[in-house]
Parts: sequence; structure tokens; C-alpha cells
Amino acid sequence: MSLLKVSGLVSYIGLFTILHGIDMEIQPGEAVAILGRNGAGKTTFLRTVMGLVKTRSGTIEYKGQSLVGKPPHKVSKMGIGYCPEDYGVFNELSIEENLILAKHKNDAATAERIAYVLDLFPDLKKAFKRPARTLSGGQRQMLSVGRSLVNSPPLILIDEPSKGLAPVVIEKMSLALKEIARNSTILLVEQNFHMALIVTDRYYIIDEGKTVHNGLMKDLENDKELQHKHLGL
Amino acid sequence: MANILTLLFNGISEGALYFLMASSLSIILGLMGVVNFAHGALFVWGAYVFRMVFIQTGSFFFGIMAAMVAGFVIGFIFEKLFVSRVYGNVGAQIMITLGLSIVFTELIRVFWGPTPLIVTRPEFLAGVSHIQLGGVGTVIISHYRLFLIIVGVVIAILGHLLLTKTRIGMTIRAGVQSGEMVSALGININLYFTLVFAAGGALAGLGGALFAPLSQSINPEIGNMFQLDAFIVVVIGGMGSFMGSAVGSLFIAIMIALIGWYVPALSSVAPVTIMALVLIFRPQGLFSLLGLLRQAVKK
Repeated sequence: MSLLKVSGLVSYIGLFTILHGIDMEIQPGEAVAILGRNGAGKTTFLRTVMGLVKTRSGTIEYKGQSLVGKPPHKVSKMGIGYCPEDYGVFNELSIEENLILAKHKNDAATAERIAYVLDLFPDLKKAFKRPARTLSGGQRQMLSVGRSLVNSPPLILIDEPSKGLAPVVIEKMSLALKEIARNSTILLVEQNFHMALIVTDRYYIIDEGKTVHNGLMKDLENDKELQHKHLGL
Repeated sequence: MANILTLLFNGISEGALYFLMASSLSIILGLMGVVNFAHGALFVWGAYVFRMVFIQTGSFFFGIMAAMVAGFVIGFIFEKLFVSRVYGNVGAQIMITLGLSIVFTELIRVFWGPTPLIVTRPEFLAGVSHIQLGGVGTVIISHYRLFLIIVGVVIAILGHLLLTKTRIGMTIRAGVQSGEMVSALGININLYFTLVFAAGGALAGLGGALFAPLSQSINPEIGNMFQLDAFIVVVIGGMGSFMGSAVGSLFIAIMIALIGWYVPALSSVAPVTIMALVLIFRPQGLFSLLGLLRQAVKK
């Protein structure tokens, strides 16, 4: 059974229909990139899966259960982690509080998971008690990704983790995501093709709110025409 | 000098009442983005319910508790039935909360009549102390006003501890920045919205209950007066800031007390003028300015 199966998804914000037909199937353990130009609907797709944007028609099934109409907190509790485009860290809370707030359970496994996050991102360990507003962009992204790991969700949705980061930080983040992908299923929205190549094995391209292409990242890497047509590379 | 000290004392005690109104108003605005014009109605209900229960039972404590319960229940109903339907629509929020304010103020007239009602102070708080300060003169300390200050300080400490030391507080502080993200972490933010709104109602009810024995006379319009001043405090303290509300309440109440004594004609104009200046030059509130000054001093 697929971990995530999306069919004919149409979603809207206010009076505007943003997604016009998304079809996607993600198997457990995969790392899949969602690629496309600015404004194609990639972020809206992740937000629709999370229940933050309303679905008009189509289906979203996670482990065989429908996510359509479920509020975000229920989607999260079903086992989907989410890192939004703007990091979504809480500036007035410390790193520790940001991580604690994400906990669904107060058990030893979650405590171990937080320790794992701090090992994965040592920068967070150093600044553990500091308010998140004092962190750099890279550190905020680390906190956002780390926070999504706290409950060991089977599926993690990550929205443009390279956005606004320096090349050296992007490299670091790519390796961290690759490490995370060893134990989790990742759905990665990314404009940085290099990062998507490092982290993911498969891709879907979204254009004007529709999935228009999918395949293996290694094939896309060699297909300059497709890259130019849909990604503008 | 003694006169100024007495005015300061009176200002601080009334600041406690502003604080009860403004802190909840501020958190509701910060967390839920709701401009709640029905808060004054909860204040009035608190005052009238307090008076009724105080007279019936003779217990000041029961009166206070009943006012808080009334504020909580009415706040809960407001949020569940009306406000929850207009999140994100500021225009509709203003209309709906104004409408609720009018209806619930009219209900006060229906149940208790339009004329002002007398409220007595509990005997154990009715006294006044005259404190001789060498070289300064005599400062007059009303025991009831002292009680208000103590209640204000206790609520401020409890509120601060709740917001900074508990998971509930952590969630509220996070929700002030992004309720959507809190929800995406697996927390039912709508439940927090309802509870915060109801708890805000309880604080407004408490404010009304404490105000009644202070003024010793209540009427259906007292809520409007306090609501306007509470909104000014929220703007000055910074929207969504609990401690900002505390500082803003003291600032406004002391200013009104001093200006009301020395330049009575300006006592209504001054707070509104300050609010306008803050909105123009420091829309995030003066409390954030204090934070910046503190950081600068540290450096």
C-alpha cells in the first residue's frame, strides 16, 4: 500500500483555484522531490496535504485513510511532519520550547528523538536555551527540520529548505536531509536542483497546478530539455 | 507631595482593573486576531452578577467567583456560537462583537433596570489608612484599593508563570505568532481559542466585580468606558503582550489619575492622543521599546 496517494486533487484559496489536478503516489521509504517553477502550486500542494488549504475535489490518502477535510492537528497526529517555507519556528520561544511544543507524547522515545535532533544539528544544542529569534536563517531551518522529526513521523513534508541560505549551509542541510531520508519518507519541495539531486531519488513536476511529469532524478539530471522546459534551468 | 503619592496609589489601583481587561483583550487579539468589542459587556455582567450574589449570600468571595464564572460562560458562548465563525474576517468580527456588546448590555437593562445600582464594599476592605510620611505629609491609603493592587499583582504573576512556565502558555505564545503552525504541530488551536476567549471573559468579569465596590455604583454603560481605555492600553503595551498590558495599564491609569487631578479637561483626551502617537510612531507598542532599551543597556 502507498504511504501517500493523491488523485485528481483540486484545491482553492478564497475565490482562486490553485491546484487543478495533482496525481501522486509515494511509497514508504522514498525520498521524492516536487519540482516546478515559482507559482506552480508546489507549496499549496504541501499545505493542502496538511489541511491548511481547502480541497475542492479529488482524494488524498495517507496509509489508506483519507486526509480530505481533516484539520491540520489531526493530519499531524496521523504521522505527517511539516516544515513550511518560512521555517515556521516560534521566535519568542527558545529552541528547547520549540522542540517540546512539537511533542505528541511525553515518553522516552520522544526524548531520545530530541537528543537525535541535537546530534544531527549541533548548532541547536549550543543555542538550546536561546530564543529562536536570535538564530540565523540556517539555524532556523535546522530547527524547523529538527522539530518535524521529534515524533518520528513516517512522512515529512519539507518546503524549500534551501531558500535564502548560503551555499555552504545548503550543502550541510542537504547532507542532513539525506541522513534523515535513510529512516523516513520525505516529500521535498525544492527550487535548488542540486539539493533535490542529493536528497531525493524520484521527482514530480508541477506546472500551473497540475502534475505534468514524474520519473527518476538520475534521468532528469541528464534530460536538459525537460529541465529547461519545466524548471527553466 | 503627599497628594501626588495618593494620586499615584489611586492610579496604580485602577491600573489593576485596566490590566484585567487589557491583558485578556491583548491575548485574544494577539492569538486569535479578534478585535473583541464585546469585552466591555463581560465586564458589566461581572459587575452585576457580583452585586447580585454578594447581596444574596453576603459573601464577597462568592460574588467574585460568580462574576468570573459568568464571564467565562458568556465568553465561551460568544466564541463557540459567534466569533469562531468569523475568524480572519476583521470587519465581520467588529460587527458581530459590537452587536453582542449591544445585546448583552441591553439584557442588563432588562434584568436589572437602566438606573444605577448601589454597591457596598465588604466590611473588611472598607477602611482607610492615613500614613504619615515625615516631611512629605499624609498619604491616604484605601484598603479596597490596596486589595485591588494585590489582586492585580497576583494575576500578573500567575499569568506570567502560566505563559512562560507551562505548555499551555508555550502554546499561547507560539499561537500569537502563528496559530496555523501550532495546528500543524498537532495541537488543536481552536480549543485554545475557545478557552482563551472564555478565560478572557472570566478576567473581564473579575474586573467588573472588583470595579463595582470601588465605584460603589454601577450602570449598564460602565463597560464601554473601561473597554475604550483597555483598547488604548493594548495599543500602548503591544498587541499580544501580557506584560506589555501590565506596563500599559499602569502608565494609562497613573496618567489619567494625575491629569484628572491637575488638568481635568485633558483627562479624556490625553490617553487617546497617546494612543494615536503610538500607532503612528511605534505601532508595535511601547513595551517592545522597553525591551530594546534593556538590550541597549546590556550592551
